[in-house]
Amino acid sequence: MTASEPNWQRRLLLALLLAPALLWLLLLIVLPHVDLALVSFRERVAPREYVTSLAQYQTFFTEPLYWQIFVRTAVVSAIATAITLLIAFPVAWTIAKIAKGRRAALLFLVCLIPFWVSETVRTLGWMILLRESGVLPSFLVKLGLVSAPPELLYHDATILVGLVYTSLLFMVVPLVNSLESLDNALIEAAYDLGAGGLTVLRTIVIPHAAPGITAGCIVVFMLTLGNYLTPNLLGGTSSQWFTEQIYNQFITRFNWEQGAAFGFLLLALSTTMVWVGLKASGQRFADVMQRS
Amino acid sequence: MNTSDNATVDLEVDAVEKTFADHRAVDRLSFSVARGSFFSILGPSGCGKTTLLRMIAGFIQPDAGDIRIGGRSMAGVAPNQRPVNMVFQQLALFPMMTVGENVAFGLARRGVGKLERMRKADAMLERVSLGGSAHKRVDELSGGQRQRVAIARSLVLEPTLLLLDEPLGALDLKLREHMKIELKQLQAAFGTTFVYITHDQSEALVLSDHVGVMNRGRFEQLGTPQALYYDPATPFVAGFVGSNNRIGGRVESINNNIATVVTPEGWRLEARTVGAVSSGQAATAFVRPEAAVLAREPSGLPGNLRAHSGRVDSVLFDGANSAVLVTESQSRGEFRIALPQTGQFSNLVSGETIYFAFEADRAVCFSGEETA
Amino acid sequence: MIPSLPRPAWLRAANTIYIVAFLIFLFLPLLTVAAFAFNDAPYPAPPWHGFTLDWFFGDEASGRVGLFHDSELLDSILTSALVATWVTGLSVLVGTTNAFLMERARFPGRQALSVMMLVPLVIPGVILGISILAFASRLADFADTAFGLELEFLRPGLPLVVVGQFSYIAAIATLTISARLKRFDHTLEEAAFNLGASRTAVLWHITLPYLRPAMIGSAVIAFLMSFENFNTTLMLVGADTPLTILMYGRMRDGATPVLNAVSLFLMVASAALALSLMRRGRRSNP
Repeated sequence: MTASEPNWQRRLLLALLLAPALLWLLLLIVLPHVDLALVSFRERVAPREYVTSLAQYQTFFTEPLYWQIFVRTAVVSAIATAITLLIAFPVAWTIAKIAKGRRAALLFLVCLIPFWVSETVRTLGWMILLRESGVLPSFLVKLGLVSAPPELLYHDATILVGLVYTSLLFMVVPLVNSLESLDNALIEAAYDLGAGGLTVLRTIVIPHAAPGITAGCIVVFMLTLGNYLTPNLLGGTSSQWFTEQIYNQFITRFNWEQGAAFGFLLLALSTTMVWVGLKASGQRFADVMQRS
Repeated sequence: MNTSDNATVDLEVDAVEKTFADHRAVDRLSFSVARGSFFSILGPSGCGKTTLLRMIAGFIQPDAGDIRIGGRSMAGVAPNQRPVNMVFQQLALFPMMTVGENVAFGLARRGVGKLERMRKADAMLERVSLGGSAHKRVDELSGGQRQRVAIARSLVLEPTLLLLDEPLGALDLKLREHMKIELKQLQAAFGTTFVYITHDQSEALVLSDHVGVMNRGRFEQLGTPQALYYDPATPFVAGFVGSNNRIGGRVESINNNIATVVTPEGWRLEARTVGAVSSGQAATAFVRPEAAVLAREPSGLPGNLRAHSGRVDSVLFDGANSAVLVTESQSRGEFRIALPQTGQFSNLVSGETIYFAFEADRAVCFSGEETA
Repeated sequence: MIPSLPRPAWLRAANTIYIVAFLIFLFLPLLTVAAFAFNDAPYPAPPWHGFTLDWFFGDEASGRVGLFHDSELLDSILTSALVATWVTGLSVLVGTTNAFLMERARFPGRQALSVMMLVPLVIPGVILGISILAFASRLADFADTAFGLELEFLRPGLPLVVVGQFSYIAAIATLTISARLKRFDHTLEEAAFNLGASRTAVLWHITLPYLRPAMIGSAVIAFLMSFENFNTTLMLVGADTPLTILMYGRMRDGATPVLNAVSLFLMVASAALALSLMRRGRRSNP
């Protein structure tokens, strides 16, 4: 927008550009969440009659099943995030620092391919691999390691495998980006000054990659927390994932007030973790999102 | 070729070779560097000097030959175990640490206690005139200050050898001139052996006790800056070190090591022969711009020298480095002559005819045609 | 560590083994899905009973309804494509206007708005779904009681699915297109103005062509993300089921290998899309 234009024209243009953004954010993000908050703070006392109350949140804290599932979801998500980081880091390091040129690009590409495919398809793959009549149990029998095919689905470990698998991309990409920007000369300089591999990792690599690590962890934790498909299909009835509780309240029981309160609790947890992650690494939200 | 006769030797490079794919980066190179001296490796980019330096530091393994530092072979010794430290081209200061932590980094790796290493780091920063900067972030420092931190970070470990990989390359011209002097003073103050690589001949000449001029993986010549300048051993050195007028032709006669060279256009000049030069051969002569004396009339030239003439093409005023570009009358070739400081020729104009002469001893001539 | 530092042989070997194991982990589920699309058995499970194309071409008569005769599956693919087309169009449009808004306009609250635009990315999809569901229902109820209007599009169904997916895919499109506009060299526009071009001509001939790679890229990403979306869709879906929801239902109930067939179809389609996008990207990126 050059300064030479008449004022009304600039205002009109600004209004035209602002309209879609404001409509999108107000109608689809801000107002629905305000409404959701209002719904969560009411209680049905009679058909079509509501009063404002904290009953929904009270139920959450007094009913052990609910908050246990909530805590469990948070803990398993945190574990899944940590495992994802540990698995992804050597891969990202290989792509960014060890493989050269075309080979690095190819490896990176190959790592991205599975994530162009729907999560549903990937979960289907794990189900065929792991269920009692599936590929891995029958393979184990064939190897003579077990006498009867074990059921590998519906365990907590199965949920973790599925969650880590689904999250890898969101960890590898920010890690590769932040490790690629690390000048090899810094590593060489640290070596030259007498540091060993672990010291270099601790004093140079991790401080440098901290923004990427934070970005990856935030995104992975958030996606894991909000996942429904993977815990539900791989964990079966025992999955006890908090999003399932939200779904049950909203869709199955039609208890929107309770569902809204659960939704808000999950949102609060997710937001807190994002905030803590940003504070811990001293970064700005916008920068982190741009990275991932 | 040895840079020293009896002084203690800190670095010995013995028949070292390195080949990448089909490119021989370092070709059976041997030399040694005496303790406490400032040694430069000078060469154009791609001549193998970086490879050589990184082999000394331990980041590249030689294919053959041995590198000894302080008398100890470095074969199989990891870079973090060598008594060598390096100042990197882009300095590679750790941005995640303060200036003090950067300097103390190597001490911490040696298990020096926190208080002790902070004290040593402070003292070292003091010595490079950065006292009180320990708490600063690296990006708060100016280019020259970073340079000194990079050097301090290495010198605090008291290495046998300090390697410097074109550390002045990233600085602007004025700061580079200043840092040249500072580097020389630092080296003198610490007495550490410096091995410095650069493509800038002026840096090499100003800083070094000895210079190895490197080309295509080999040393063309190894000697003092003065020797390189006044007694180039090869056409490459003559062309690379300092500015020089290059004249190609044929040797007409040789008399007492002085060859008379004739260009295809018939311009005759005299130059001292270097190496085997024989009559009738193609040859290349080099004449330094400051070797020539100028005169407005032929009679103004010393009588015992062959007089040459030319037309002034352009006057290049650059203070003390001013010169005039002359088109030599017979060959129509360009010839550069330094203007004397007296200001005697400050009123030269283009198109003017001018006369010049030089002592045959101050020009050199090699056999063969050297293409630019 | 890095190749210029000494790496013992065991470390190099361990690195290679690790990468190979990682790649097996990545591709095992996909290869399994693909392989069992061709197994001549009623369930996608070992042992291998021989090769068949029944799960693609079988019809009622053969007793095995293959992908191309499973009208429910085919309908759901069309439904997903329809939703994805709408989401893609809207997201790229709004992403582009947002990019110009954030990179070119100056107005109070710009900084806050730019942060707001990232917020949809950190809201779990399930919550986006229920909040839009609750809000839309409230609007519909209000229209019903106040004006006696029955606004069907505010009830669970495809319009809400489109809106729900758009609510966060628009943020991704905004990020992608803004990032490219940020790198735009302003002197190109100035040069065009200097050569006498009008504002529209500059937009049409200079700026939009420059943005085209980012717009195409975000369109492909938007289409795929919409096609594959599950969390938000699950909360907003009505009678017409998109593919992921249908697959989910069948997977819970124990599916025939026709699901493997449709999965293979999806893999090939998204791989083709991804590869064509990458080829384009390589050509058009300066």
